[in-house]
Amino acid sequence: MIPAPTDVIFRIRRFDPLARPQPAWEEHTIRYAPGMTVLDGLRLIKETRQPALAWRSSCRMGVCGSCGMFINGQPRLACNTQITHLDSLPVVVAPLPNFAIIRDLVPDLRPMFDAHVALHPYLIRDDAAEMAEPTGEYYQSPEQLEHFLQFSYCIKCGCCMAACPTYATDPAYSGPMPLTQAHRYNADSRDGGFVERKAVLSGEQGPWKCHYAGECSRACPKGVDPARAIQLMKRQLVFAYLRLYAQPCPSKVVPKPTEIKRRADVPEAPARTIAR
Amino acid sequence: MLETNGHPNRLGLVGWLGGGRWGAERYLYTLHRLTGLGLLAYFLLHIVVTSSRALGPAAWQAAMGRVSGPIFVAGEFLVFVAFAFHGLNGIRLVLVELGWAIGKPIEPVYPYRTSVDEQRPLAIAVMVLAGLLVFAGGLDFFVLH
Amino acid sequence: MRDQALWTWHVLAGVVIAVLLGLHMTIMHLDVLVGIFNPADPHPIEWGNVVARARQGFFLVSYVVLLGAALFHGLYGLRNILFELGPGAGAKRAVNALLTAGGVAMFAFGALAAWAASTLARTL
Repeated sequence: MIPAPTDVIFRIRRFDPLARPQPAWEEHTIRYAPGMTVLDGLRLIKETRQPALAWRSSCRMGVCGSCGMFINGQPRLACNTQITHLDSLPVVVAPLPNFAIIRDLVPDLRPMFDAHVALHPYLIRDDAAEMAEPTGEYYQSPEQLEHFLQFSYCIKCGCCMAACPTYATDPAYSGPMPLTQAHRYNADSRDGGFVERKAVLSGEQGPWKCHYAGECSRACPKGVDPARAIQLMKRQLVFAYLRLYAQPCPSKVVPKPTEIKRRADVPEAPARTIAR
Repeated sequence: MLETNGHPNRLGLVGWLGGGRWGAERYLYTLHRLTGLGLLAYFLLHIVVTSSRALGPAAWQAAMGRVSGPIFVAGEFLVFVAFAFHGLNGIRLVLVELGWAIGKPIEPVYPYRTSVDEQRPLAIAVMVLAGLLVFAGGLDFFVLH
Repeated sequence: MRDQALWTWHVLAGVVIAVLLGLHMTIMHLDVLVGIFNPADPHPIEWGNVVARARQGFFLVSYVVLLGAALFHGLYGLRNILFELGPGAGAKRAVNALLTAGGVAMFAFGALAAWAASTLARTL
């Protein structure tokens, strides 16, 4: 924590591939306002000093995952970072490391999303008809939900990937986000895709290059704890290899109740207006 | 995989060393790697040196004579220290990486208590034990002989 | 072997090493404090102690097991470090071949030396 300053210096890593082949630092000074976040500061700089400054942001409240940046040496969300909560000034803003830079503070996140897709991050079941036209719910108890709920809070911001020491040197490593999302589905009682994901996870794209530095969990702005997910996934995979674990059958469908009558004072739902 | 043509921006080996702003576990990870490499280098030489016992007492004494100087004794103590750290930290890693020492998934409520916080007491216990082992080894190496 | 299999054996080898190397370190470097398996002279590396241990089948077996486990564990660790530097496919194949060949060669050499020492000790 630092006391509220009068003026704040922003030191920003700029990169314009059309103007200059190498990134360079640029400094701007702005007047501090109470409660100013790093994102607020960047917007003020763009509005009043440097119109060419580029970055990604959207919700400005820490739920979309767009504004991941390297702020004072840590990967953080710019919208979630209060200037007075930093350890020191100036505010040094660089694009998220371990991703190629497209322009200024905009990282190329496509390798992360490619790795994510390769691990089948969706429910895999063999009842395609039921999944397309549901007749009821898939049963899941609150205890079963606890097994993966924490990992479903991921907003895909990429801060964990920037913090990971393995991902810093090895582009072939899947990274914390894809692996956590693979475990989020493996641990979901409604899913039946463990064998299909195991085929990918048992090779180079698996969690075997994770050595528990724990930086991903410390960097995560939503408390997803990717390190925990990856170690739990290693246990499942190792025990499966030693023939000590097999994924249980995916949840059954619970049909809608039929003997319940509508209460007299509750009207029927209006007719469907969107075509199937 | 789609190859990107933006400006490269990986941290590289600096990412293994951190920058003074990272957590303790990251440095334990780096130290575990360094001690592992040191132990491997020593081990390969050790296999060759100790194989001389198959050739009889004269060959054995000659080999032991070659590695008895003060630099070698200091080096062997460093190997012992590396073993103490690498072995005990390795036990911690087995417990953590097979999902036993990291706690169950929870509903995250800010400020977040992550698995890193859950295993911190184990990490401290392991470091204390390693320190005790190094102390015992130091006694044996330098004081009692 | 796929990475999943290699990692599992790496961890199992680590546990084996923790036990056997712990014993070896206790014999060699905690001899004054604990004092086991050193019947002959005060120093663990004296020829008398080496022969006394080499005569016992337990030591022959545990040295060979420790040799194999430690070579696999250490060389897999080295392979991991090298692979995490992001080499190309050809370099990976070369590293795999070199480390496997080197490991097998060292194991053969060390196991042969342990067996020869055991045979020699039984004649003394």
